[in-house]
Amino acid sequence: MEESQQFVRSAPSTRSYSGTRALLVSALGPATALGGLVWAIAQPDRITLLHPHHQGFWWLFVEPPLLVMVVGLVFARLIARPLIADLETYQPEAGDGAA
Amino acid sequence: MEPHSEMVHWLFAANFLLLGLIMVSRVIVGEEVWELRRWRIYLAPAFFFASGVLLWPVMAFFTNSAIHMVAHGLWAQAMMIAGGAELGLVKGKLHSRWWRLAMPIGLAISGTAFLVHEQNPWLFARSAFLHHLIGWTLVGFAVFPLGLVWRPRSSFFQSGFAFLALAVAVMLFCDRDLAPIFGHLSPLDGIQHR
Repeated sequence: MEESQQFVRSAPSTRSYSGTRALLVSALGPATALGGLVWAIAQPDRITLLHPHHQGFWWLFVEPPLLVMVVGLVFARLIARPLIADLETYQPEAGDGAA
Repeated sequence: MEPHSEMVHWLFAANFLLLGLIMVSRVIVGEEVWELRRWRIYLAPAFFFASGVLLWPVMAFFTNSAIHMVAHGLWAQAMMIAGGAELGLVKGKLHSRWWRLAMPIGLAISGTAFLVHEQNPWLFARSAFLHHLIGWTLVGFAVFPLGLVWRPRSSFFQSGFAFLALAVAVMLFCDRDLAPIFGHLSPLDGIQHR
């Protein structure tokens, strides 16, 4: 009985801790993509697609600010999304308050 | 038709950026949540192993001297062994914690390879500067995976390791074949093309 009361008392703080972690994980991908966007605005000459004439395949294919944006989006879609779903459904065992 | 070497660096940078994000998210959610899906535990080791594999074509197509070729070959082997050992550990095929030493040793070898095959001084050009910086960063930050040998679930050591991946990504994205560093560009390096 005492154990279950302890568990109930710790539940809100556990939920809020999980919420903070979910927020951090969900922010990683968009923050990375935003970093790439800021870089593209700060150094538009690094985006060869803006001046594509007489450029070879590799200059058009490998563009660092776009790569950063793609990585951020890939991470958000393929890694962060299932991770947040797991975080929200995860039930830490009693006594595992930090998890 | 081959890409410039700076483009290869940027592609590896994207690889390391994704790896860094994966490692950071693992530190944030903790081991219990991270291991809820089996495929996730293979991600980081697979990235290291794939980096090692992809370093072979770099060695074959982008090295122009013996020291370059030896450094890149050694580096590819070290990364493949490090990634392979981690894959063996998470799969359960390897049991001894000493296999974890493959990662810090692999990173130290990678850093040394960076330092050894850069023949020019720090301020010769941006690529020379970054080779020195990445080399010393890899050697210095190898202490974090070394700590994971004894404390594999330590958030501190995992965070340091994740920061290393992100730092290497940023440095590789900064790389240019021919560009100044802090206003310095040796005339021996040629004329900047773009």
